[in-house]
Amino acid sequence: MSQEVNLNDQVGAMTTHEVHHDEHHGHHHKETFITKYVFSQDHKMIAKQFLITGIIWAIIGGLFSVMFRLQLGFPNETFPFLENILGKWAAGGKIQPEFYYALTTMHGTVLVFFVLTAGLSGTFSNFLIPLQVGARDMASPFMNMLSYWFFFVASIIMISSLFVQTGPASGGWTVYPPLSALGDASEGSKIGMDLWLIAMALFVVNSLLGSLNYISTILNMRTKGMSMTRMPLTIWALFFTAVLGVLSFPVLLSGFILLLFDRHAGTSFYLSDIFLASTQKALPNEGGSAILYQHLFWFLGHPEVYIIILPTMGLVSDVMSANARKPIFGYMAMVGSMFAIAVLAFLVWAHHMFVTGLNPFLGAFFVLLTLLIAVPSAIKVFNWLTTLWRGNLRFTPGMLFSIGFVSLFISGGLTGIFLGNSTLDIHLHDTYFVIAHFHIVMGVSAFFGMFAGLYHWFPKMYGRYMNNTLAYIHFWITLVGAYLIFWPMHYQGLAGVPRRYLDFSGWESFNQFDGLNRFISIVTIMVFAVQLLFVFNFFYSIFKGRRVTTQNPWGATSLEWTTPINPGHGNWEGEIPEVHRWAYDYGKDGRDFIPQTEPISANESPESKH
Amino acid sequence: MSTLLIIAILLLGFIVVFQIAKASEYVSVLKGEKKTFEQNNKINGFLLLAFMILGLIGVYWCNELFKGKILGEAASDHGEKIDTMLYITIAITGIVFVITQILLFWFSFKYQYKEGRKAFYYPHNNKLEVIWTVIPAIALTVLVGFGLYYWFKITGDAPKEANVVEITGKQFGWIYRYPGKDKVFGKKYYKNIDEGKLNQLGLIWDDKASHDDVVTNEAMYLVVGKPVKLIINSRDVVHDVGLAHFRMKMDAVPGTPTTMWFTPKYTTAQMKEKTGNPDFEYEISCDQMCGKGHYSMKGIVKVVEPAEYLLWLAKQKSNYVMSNPELESRPAVPVAAPADSTVTAAANITGSNSN
Repeated sequence: MSQEVNLNDQVGAMTTHEVHHDEHHGHHHKETFITKYVFSQDHKMIAKQFLITGIIWAIIGGLFSVMFRLQLGFPNETFPFLENILGKWAAGGKIQPEFYYALTTMHGTVLVFFVLTAGLSGTFSNFLIPLQVGARDMASPFMNMLSYWFFFVASIIMISSLFVQTGPASGGWTVYPPLSALGDASEGSKIGMDLWLIAMALFVVNSLLGSLNYISTILNMRTKGMSMTRMPLTIWALFFTAVLGVLSFPVLLSGFILLLFDRHAGTSFYLSDIFLASTQKALPNEGGSAILYQHLFWFLGHPEVYIIILPTMGLVSDVMSANARKPIFGYMAMVGSMFAIAVLAFLVWAHHMFVTGLNPFLGAFFVLLTLLIAVPSAIKVFNWLTTLWRGNLRFTPGMLFSIGFVSLFISGGLTGIFLGNSTLDIHLHDTYFVIAHFHIVMGVSAFFGMFAGLYHWFPKMYGRYMNNTLAYIHFWITLVGAYLIFWPMHYQGLAGVPRRYLDFSGWESFNQFDGLNRFISIVTIMVFAVQLLFVFNFFYSIFKGRRVTTQNPWGATSLEWTTPINPGHGNWEGEIPEVHRWAYDYGKDGRDFIPQTEPISANESPESKH
Repeated sequence: MSTLLIIAILLLGFIVVFQIAKASEYVSVLKGEKKTFEQNNKINGFLLLAFMILGLIGVYWCNELFKGKILGEAASDHGEKIDTMLYITIAITGIVFVITQILLFWFSFKYQYKEGRKAFYYPHNNKLEVIWTVIPAIALTVLVGFGLYYWFKITGDAPKEANVVEITGKQFGWIYRYPGKDKVFGKKYYKNIDEGKLNQLGLIWDDKASHDDVVTNEAMYLVVGKPVKLIINSRDVVHDVGLAHFRMKMDAVPGTPTTMWFTPKYTTAQMKEKTGNPDFEYEISCDQMCGKGHYSMKGIVKVVEPAEYLLWLAKQKSNYVMSNPELESRPAVPVAAPADSTVTAAANITGSNSN
């Protein structure tokens, strides 16, 4: 069987020749370059489209951070090459304040939405859901394709906002009105803001089309024997993620639409009592509430961080279990804690708003509910630790990134206990402490989870391996670099250093960190360079990587490894296999692993009732 | 030129790393995949342990390096509570941090692949899972309990004797208003704002209470040891009154006034001594993104002795007089307060200060 499929190794390469067709299932239509690589309805190709678009976005978003770190680390120097690239935004080789804010805004928007939502969920939901539940494709491959193309159009519009004369949105990734509503208050709130809102609206459409598909596929298209409690944790995680997206993104959209009305239709949803110094005019709007927007935004904004981190929790659980050669510890507790996190995600949004004048009594409930999230999070961490305990660990790149993920998740999760406590939030709100917290816990951790997934499933995606040596270099420099960049920021935050300041020289209270800022900037550049190394490894390996020669290179139990090395559209040749057990029978009864497709034998020990 | 050089060096570095990586792949074929895997596994297992040890040393070292640069003594009573809460949280999370990180990396090192080692089939244990649900729950109950206790103290009503000061944010600066002798702020309406006529808050002159209101952009003067309640406004976009030394913070939202109160513990002069920095000032930082000048939106708080405060206040012209200079020639009743009332006010302030 595996020799037969080896003939079809070319699928991953960018050739236009006709793909292998299997006579046993119903995909006999001819595929052209367009239907195969562009308007593809194959979930695997759509996953790759999301992935590669996400990678491009990640490079752009990362580059933004390098640029603003240059300003932060070297506020007194000029960089003439920046003027060559950016023109008036870096007049004299110095990044101008408007553009500094545009950079931070776009860095946040791009990384949060375009990379860690679409790039992450889009890639792994599309790729793994059908393969791991045993389906030929998504419930609606056409909707799936639309989902990607909405994302693509959103991307184009977002990119185009970089090139308008008044610059892209620059009010922070949360785009709080009135700043974002009034072109006279900020250059970035002119046409750039409209483009931002349109792009995000399309992005929401992409997310909804995708999520509805993921949910219906998981609920309806599982293969025979694949009960919900036999699904790999990745699928559970992607399922909760999709549910969160469906329930919260529409609220964000409503917030954006009201903002558009305020911008162009003269309504006063968010505007009240405003006098602009730039025009010396009082605006007619009265009675609106700027805080309303913040409620609408964070009602998505908080679930959004779980939309980012939940998929990686699933990926890490599976990669870790497979490479520890041991079942994930506490499967039901893992599912239960993800469910708890998904529910609590909707009940904590106002912890972003403790200092907005929110009623302190109401704030108290949000403190309680926020800190409650630490309980399921702690369960997950302890379960991962126990999964490692007495395992037989293979440090594949995927496994290393999984371990790194847990380390970062602990570090960043614990600082969440500071910020979720309203008393401490008074001091720490909008300081570098917040930056350190969320970059570690949802930025870098999510990237680690994503890298774990990529290194682990790359052989399934492209039929080749990525280069291990480059992967190890990538892992170690990224892990050490991430801690070097973000750990000291906690100290800046404790000192009260505010976010979104591009120069501290005018401040007596915040100017004691010049050396540290320079150090962080240098490390940032190095870490960014190593990410480019990863990107290179990724693309090089697609074409030239070492070939996968066995169907199940990691010795994993789940269904995707029962497909041919380079599965065609439809995934399995012949019947979809039936599932007889959970996905975690590693090391059972002295056997290295037992695939999900193997029936339970009469003399098997009874633990696996799953 | 140097840019080109840097790019060239980077590229060269890339090529070298890549060639090494590629060569290592060939070497692994020669050596046999199993052998390579075992070697890599050993190296990475060792590095994980080394990372943990060096990392924990690094955490300690980082703390030594920065502890003098952060969190000087809190300069307000609320700040003390927040610092106490902070130390409680650091203690609890610190313990968890060290234990879990050590377990993570130690397990990784100890249970790395060994030929012939059998992984322990251990799918679940309800007792363990209950334990690590209950223990975090208890720890968090403690944190929530302390947190809310302080939260309600800090956000509770300001004492009645508190001075009231209004602070209004605008792009990109702060406007301070004092109620004057009558202790009542005059009414204002944002459409009355007229910077040309020096009425930057839009005070309504028909309301007599506004006539003695003092409006200034210079600094916010506060009396040491006397509670102060800030009424926080914004004239345009959302700002935030950030007072790092007092550990206080509150958004300034257009159309929706907010408040905060605290009691400053040390005068600016005392802080100059304490910090050994002759340039020390209590700075107000805008902590909510407000536009291109956000990073420079600074205000100053001057905490002074009661007598100095009165002296300063007595020297201020009311906004009414500033906006209507023709009134100044006349005996302006609201401005030049009679000497005896100043003394009474001073007595009030020192009186409330002492209890």
